[in-house]
Amino acid sequence: MTTLDPASTDQSPTTGRGAARRGTGTRATRLVGIGAIVSLAWLIAFGLGFSPADRDQKESVRILYVHVPTIWLAYLAFIVTAVSSAMYLFTKKKSLGWDRAAGASAEIGVTFVAVTLAVGAMWGRLTWGVFWQWDARLTTTALLFVTYVGYLAVRRLGGSHHQRAKRSAVLGMIAVVEIPLVHFSVRMWRSLHQEATVANLDGDTKMDGLMLFSLFVGVIAFTFLYVWLMLHRTRSMALEDLLEERGLDHALMERRAESAENPTTQYSTIQNSTIGRDA
Amino acid sequence: MDAPQPPSSMSLPQTSRVDDAASRADPRSNQVIVLDDVVAVLGQFPALAGVTLTVERGEIVLLKGPNGAGKTTLLRLCAGLLRVERGAATVLGFDLATQRHELRSHVGLLGHQNGLYLDMDVRENVQFWGRTVGASDTEIDQAMVRMGVAGRLADVPVRKLSAGQKRRTALACLVARRAQVWLLDEPHAGLDAIGRDELDATLVEASQAGATIIVASHELERAGNLATRIVEVIGGQVHDTRATTAKAPGPSS
Amino acid sequence: MSTWALARLIAAKDLRVERRSKIVTNQVLPFAGITMVSFAFVLDKQNVIDTVAPGLIWLATMFSLLILVQRSFGIETDDGALDAMRVAGVDAGAIFLGKALALAVQLLVLEVMLFVAAIIFYGESIQSGRAVLAFFNEPTDVNGVEVVLTGLTSPGQSPIFATVLLVTTMISATCGLAAVGTLYGGLAAGFKGSETLLPLLTIPAVAPVLIGATKAVESAVGTSGAAVSEGWQWVSLLAVFAVAAGVGGALAFGPLIDD
Repeated sequence: MTTLDPASTDQSPTTGRGAARRGTGTRATRLVGIGAIVSLAWLIAFGLGFSPADRDQKESVRILYVHVPTIWLAYLAFIVTAVSSAMYLFTKKKSLGWDRAAGASAEIGVTFVAVTLAVGAMWGRLTWGVFWQWDARLTTTALLFVTYVGYLAVRRLGGSHHQRAKRSAVLGMIAVVEIPLVHFSVRMWRSLHQEATVANLDGDTKMDGLMLFSLFVGVIAFTFLYVWLMLHRTRSMALEDLLEERGLDHALMERRAESAENPTTQYSTIQNSTIGRDA
Repeated sequence: MDAPQPPSSMSLPQTSRVDDAASRADPRSNQVIVLDDVVAVLGQFPALAGVTLTVERGEIVLLKGPNGAGKTTLLRLCAGLLRVERGAATVLGFDLATQRHELRSHVGLLGHQNGLYLDMDVRENVQFWGRTVGASDTEIDQAMVRMGVAGRLADVPVRKLSAGQKRRTALACLVARRAQVWLLDEPHAGLDAIGRDELDATLVEASQAGATIIVASHELERAGNLATRIVEVIGGQVHDTRATTAKAPGPSS
Repeated sequence: MSTWALARLIAAKDLRVERRSKIVTNQVLPFAGITMVSFAFVLDKQNVIDTVAPGLIWLATMFSLLILVQRSFGIETDDGALDAMRVAGVDAGAIFLGKALALAVQLLVLEVMLFVAAIIFYGESIQSGRAVLAFFNEPTDVNGVEVVLTGLTSPGQSPIFATVLLVTTMISATCGLAAVGTLYGGLAAGFKGSETLLPLLTIPAVAPVLIGATKAVESAVGTSGAAVSEGWQWVSLLAVFAVAAGVGGALAFGPLIDD
């Protein structure tokens, strides 16, 4: 399942095995976190400093060093969700760890898509003069966002852990079929009748070497961020689940005590069922 | 309200299902339900906290206990609707840990809702349920007559029926579906005195025709006429079980 | 009982319930109609309406789909019938196919009505209106049929091909819509907030149908100079979608409604 061992909560934090203390931090998350901070600093240095301004877009090209990595990481996150959903459904053990991975990844993915759209709108305003365009890529991204917001809503429908897991896993796999269909239809929609676009989005393939490198740094930085967020989120979910399971033993004890303390006398005062009586 | 019709003396439609299930079970095949320290949860709440219970074919078991004791959960578990969290459970030879989906078509659960389509009439509802298992029109008619909803009531939309009539319609659907185990959750609710007598008589006949019946009910004073055994459920566990002097269990046909 | 026979049984049951309750005919069809009228209020200009009329039909269809699905599963949750089917171990794939089939039939009726409403309310030109009136004045006149068909297409296009395109579009779009609606309707049924969860899940999922069906109808009717031949690639999209949704739905429905 996870590297958390609830019984070792009292161990010293220097034991690297992943003893949970007061939170979900461990040596692994510290390492990843440091990697994230370092690479983000690196990104700022290169993105804002060393890399040149674009010939056409001027300084606003720098937004792309955030905008492009976030959408790529979002795609990665949703692929992880799909794979985890499949692993939950098709492995015999049906470990809830897969379900938690799917849910956490989807949450992070949705956040990243939101950032992509917001940052992209800023970039669009600067370069195209408009916040939004109904081209293939933007439209598909917007639909992607709403689809996974729906996925998150379904995760919150309630029920036991396994009910939630099964429902979400099925939906996660449906999304994998849905998204390509939507993408393909939107592409067809936009390619058959050429709409005038304000800017050619594929112009960035002619990026300067240093700009490409900055983009690369951006991808690394956000990947570290993704992993860091995943580690923390799946662990906090695991802790929540553990708490509830511990709660089960506790609740079992309480319920049995209820039975012992209250023998036959309890129901002698029970009235007839309160179910509605229609005449 | 329509006067209830006297129970028919025709027996339940016999199928080969009972034998199939019996051959699958262990040698003590007269035991239709075997629960051993079963724990079941609703959300995070342990509704059943370790239930041990054995029910034999043809018995009518009355479950009694305070509200919230777990009677409904116990019925739903035996219907194959809930996961067995801990413990072992077998119904009609099906292991609830692995086969609870296959079990479902052999078992009939009547909860607080009747499972009817309010806009169709009685006959159409019973026909629908009967046809899902391929029952013939004769069987369907028999089921309706048996539960006293043939005749004038047959063409009345369910929406217009009284609670008791809806109950009987739901039971007719159960019969039409050839359920071998009947799990009834407070079936007397909403019935008047005559309706309750009616229901009890019908249940007794059904058990004599081979069905095993578990009834969760607060109608304790009826226990003697109806049940062969009374089981008390408190706090998610079986607290007490005693046989009544009413009838000996087992099919008489 | 075979899955297909069971599905037919369930579809017949759904349609019988509708025949008795008449909710679709008395409430949903008028709703669709009034939606079309509302579009006219906000889109005031005739040339705007002319251009977007095919899309408006499918928009109204999509909104009506949500209501139809709510109704389809409403009858199941009213008295716990879907639960009872689950409890009885009725094959989930059959439930899906049966309910989707009944939903598709109701949708088709609705779409035909919407098309007629579009001809009447949004007629390309007065000519179409006259064309329809002419048809009804001369019921046995073969020419009358021709007149209606040309009223639906722009001059110079073969009415037969356009009609075939139109009908194929409607059928494949309807199948896709019914499949997605039934799948998510089953998922959301009975839960708190299902009325809002259903649109949230369904609308992004049927975006391909909205796009493809609108474009295909535009080709059939000749809006913006689209040729009939262009419509067929959109129909292919609709067909692929319908098959994917049907198969995927049948497979996913069981796990989704189960415990």
